[in-house]
Amino acid sequence: MLSKNEITETINMIKDQNLDVRTITLSLSLFDCITDDPTKTSRKVYEKIVRKAGKLVETGAALTAEYGIPIVNKRVAVTPVSLVGTASRGFFEIAQSMDRAAKTIGIDFIGGYSALVEKGATPQELEFLDTIPNALSATEKVCGSVNVASSHAGINMDAVARMGGIIKESARRTKDKDGIACAKLVVFCNAVGDNPFMAGAFCGVGEPDAALNVGVSGPGVVETAVRKYPNAPFSELAEIIKKTAFKITRAGQLIGTEAAKRLGVRFGIVDLSLAPTPKLGDSVAHILEAMGLSRVGTHGTTAALALLNDAVKKGGIMASSSVGGLSGAFIPVSEDAGMIDAARLGCLTIDKLEAMTCVCSVGLDMVAVPGDTPAPTISAIIADECAVGMVNHKTTAVRIIPVPGKTVGDTAQFGGLLGTAPVMALHPESAEEFIKRGGRIPAPLHSYRN
Amino acid sequence: MKAIVTVIGKDKTGIIAAVSGCLAELKVNIEDISQTIMQDYFMMLMMVESKAAGVVEIGEKMAALGAKIGVDIRVQHEGIFNAMHRI
Repeated sequence: MLSKNEITETINMIKDQNLDVRTITLSLSLFDCITDDPTKTSRKVYEKIVRKAGKLVETGAALTAEYGIPIVNKRVAVTPVSLVGTASRGFFEIAQSMDRAAKTIGIDFIGGYSALVEKGATPQELEFLDTIPNALSATEKVCGSVNVASSHAGINMDAVARMGGIIKESARRTKDKDGIACAKLVVFCNAVGDNPFMAGAFCGVGEPDAALNVGVSGPGVVETAVRKYPNAPFSELAEIIKKTAFKITRAGQLIGTEAAKRLGVRFGIVDLSLAPTPKLGDSVAHILEAMGLSRVGTHGTTAALALLNDAVKKGGIMASSSVGGLSGAFIPVSEDAGMIDAARLGCLTIDKLEAMTCVCSVGLDMVAVPGDTPAPTISAIIADECAVGMVNHKTTAVRIIPVPGKTVGDTAQFGGLLGTAPVMALHPESAEEFIKRGGRIPAPLHSYRN
Repeated sequence: MKAIVTVIGKDKTGIIAAVSGCLAELKVNIEDISQTIMQDYFMMLMMVESKAAGVVEIGEKMAALGAKIGVDIRVQHEGIFNAMHRI
């Protein structure tokens, strides 16, 4: 029998502490849509998405009504389009089909305008990369990602160099909207094929035809729990976070398995990431501040984040039958009220952010930088993040927005869950000669495990 | 199917009568009930069982009743509570 306290705790988590399921994401293989004709391929892509994911939104709404827990986003992630479109070269047509299908079925985002080029790229993949700025600026719901490095293959510095230019061009094409196309583009090291979170979700090549992946949330719930124990030593604090993460994850697991059952697809994974939103009481930064830091970004932040990230995973892993995706605390600057404040006050700098990404998922996320940042500087930032991911065997990513016409002190507005970002300062010294070298940074010694 | 009904709002006469009356109309059986007043606020938790009406239908009727009598009524499948609090 449930106790009164247990029932009240759950109700309060949902009502006052913003507990929600951040996303249910249907991962969908498009390999069976491949033809050598662009029109035919894009038609098959549209039809498959609508056929398989047509009931996703309705299913999410029904589960919310029944269990009383909000499901914030409904999304679809497809096979990397660079692969689906190689035979037909109709990359852009596929993006348009994805956008149209997403609008037809009413989902929030569709991911998978992606390429996996960590060791090298085919001529078709290079052609695909150059379509990214156009595809992401001409569509509304399509998100893309490019994996340019892995612990096994090293860092493809040719791709890294190219991505600097692609990000600049994506920003230029959406200059009236503060470069929003860049908010829909992630550059990865060690990308995973079952990530339910945008903008980096895609259906990995080893994934089944369709699977339902879930992203949980709940920074507000963890913050409330931490605030209750202002004097608890860290070992105790870790236990408190673990227990909270367990509860949050169980809610996600329940919704995910139910959604999969109703959609007639396999249940994939629960992603244990704590995902913030710009709303007050939904901030990862505020959890770190609740641990005793006067402001996120100050000394001690990396240690606090390491504890949080680890405790969330330990608590979550027992709560779910299958954990995957990125699984860690997210620290997107524009999507977290505490991060926004700290960046605005200058307490949170790009260098501290980079240090934080060494101990959590996923990387430099939603960071706005001056619009006149040279492409090689962006590439160098990507290279640094890839090095962190490659050496530490973890996923890292860069989602950076060189906001056209704006500079340090200005603010970029992206709207909705993408939030607001103060433009952050970068080092003015050049990395151009470094990036110009090209080639591949070899994989580290400890990647040869066989 | 079992569900948890929670009623929160300013205390007044007839809340329990209205809520249980509405549940009876839907042929919903009340298995457990607990109620407190905290600083003028009425709070009631009910564990109910329904064979005919589903959670969504009960929830809609309860939400309408809540709006009429000025309290917040939530109806949730017990699964979410069991998942979060039982291993």
